[in-house]
Amino acid sequence: MAKTIAEINEKIRKGQAVVVTAEEVIDLVEKKGVTRTAQEVDVVTTGTFSPMCSSSAYFNLGHSKPRIKVGGGRAYLNDVPAYTGLAAMDIYLGAAAIPDDDPRNRVHPGPFNYGGGHVIEELVAGKDVRLVVSTYGTDCYPRKKLETWINLKDLNEAVLFNIRNAYQNYNVGVNLSNRTIYTYMGVLKPNLGNANYCSAGQLSPLLNDPYYKTIGMGTRIFLGGGIGYVAWHGTQHNPDVLRSDNGVPRRGAGTLAVIGDLKQMQPRWLVGVSMVGYGCTITVGLGVPIPILTEEILRYTAVRDEEIFAPIVDYAEAYPQRSPDILREVSYGELKSGRILLQGKEVPTASLSSYPKAVEIANLLKEWIMKGDFLLTEAVAPLPGVEAGITFKPLKERPIEE
Amino acid sequence: MAISKRVVLHFPPRLVEQPIIYKLVKDYNLVLNILKASVTPKEEGLMVLDLSGAREDYDRGIQYLQETGVKIQSLGQDIIRIEAKCTHCGACVVICPTGALALDPQTRRVNFYEDKCTACELCVLPCPPRAMEVHF
Repeated sequence: MAKTIAEINEKIRKGQAVVVTAEEVIDLVEKKGVTRTAQEVDVVTTGTFSPMCSSSAYFNLGHSKPRIKVGGGRAYLNDVPAYTGLAAMDIYLGAAAIPDDDPRNRVHPGPFNYGGGHVIEELVAGKDVRLVVSTYGTDCYPRKKLETWINLKDLNEAVLFNIRNAYQNYNVGVNLSNRTIYTYMGVLKPNLGNANYCSAGQLSPLLNDPYYKTIGMGTRIFLGGGIGYVAWHGTQHNPDVLRSDNGVPRRGAGTLAVIGDLKQMQPRWLVGVSMVGYGCTITVGLGVPIPILTEEILRYTAVRDEEIFAPIVDYAEAYPQRSPDILREVSYGELKSGRILLQGKEVPTASLSSYPKAVEIANLLKEWIMKGDFLLTEAVAPLPGVEAGITFKPLKERPIEE
Repeated sequence: MAISKRVVLHFPPRLVEQPIIYKLVKDYNLVLNILKASVTPKEEGLMVLDLSGAREDYDRGIQYLQETGVKIQSLGQDIIRIEAKCTHCGACVVICPTGALALDPQTRRVNFYEDKCTACELCVLPCPPRAMEVHF
């Protein structure tokens, strides 16, 4: 039955492709079995909408008159510092950047109201953003100061470039201590007051293609409401972890680096967010289409929340101290029931990843493909797999002796 | 007929040092449960009350409050969810102590039941997109 991406694209062009979401495919396989579903379905769409801190954007501002060398100077967008270690008018803004005068955690927990993620959201929403630059003058770039409003539409390039998105599985955060803690996994109440998780589970892109059989460099994706591409494997990509018999990693594993033109994205799919006591970040909407080339690929996409397991980690002690301890494993099915049993206690669960928005993304991508607006791409090169021999190295500190 | 309502009372500075709540109990026979209070002498005072009693007593009590110059607001208008900002992640559902923010098991969307909200404000900062706003 093996199909090719070219054949699927031909069907997409003719408006004949059969596209279902990673949620819908579960019922289909249950009803019709793997073989028939694999014959009938051409594409399975996935989606996730989650805070993803290693997201960022770079911009080319256009040259001022007289010219100014922003490169090597200091640049701020709505008071949020951007990186300037590039050529004259290129700047780079990370989602976790915060203003120099943000009070941070001086009064704990700090609110972290506004950061790089919020700037990206406002730019995408078409709002004017304040650019303030101070730098040194040169013979060819004499100007030293610049203060101006900028708008996304006037920039030469504005590119979303996220170096780690779409984590294939993630920790469930809990708190074993007797005080509330404020983490990137949200507010964790003392004595196992709650358990927070962050994955779309059965809809999450890399959990539907656990061995990266179709997702690779160059894969065209839904990114921030527009079109993007997988640029590389993400940082901390670590495929060789404990996996279930169905191939799905039971720990944080693969990640994606993704890229796309910010100008065609939408603010509702790139939302600046604040994690109280932790910092600023951005919630990114990301969806990947999976071409059903073989029965094996289809079988992976039919994975259910009940068959995906995540480790529960104490964020009061084990996580900050980098101890490998996990309290137990738990399925996303259990997590989504609203309560899990942990150390004899019923612990309420919460998600930081929005499942209803993940469903919406998978459906939007499905619509785009069915309308013939979105063609699938052949990966240019595969992501490093289990066999790549990648180990996730900790930082080895070596004292610097003066 | 008995009545039970949640109200927000704003006390102008000149009333902050008067025993107004005491009179609600003593003269108007009302049962009250203080859900939130913030009283700063010489500034505005604010109180969120669960107020119950006979209909007639309740109405007379409210009239008394209005006559003294206390501004009365009903609770529903004070804690607002900005619908366009909510991403329906669910981070708030384990924070909300009254179940006013709860997940719909079918749609997995977060519902906000205003009638259950006690305006404790615990949800405001833990909400990553800051969709909950306080309008006291």
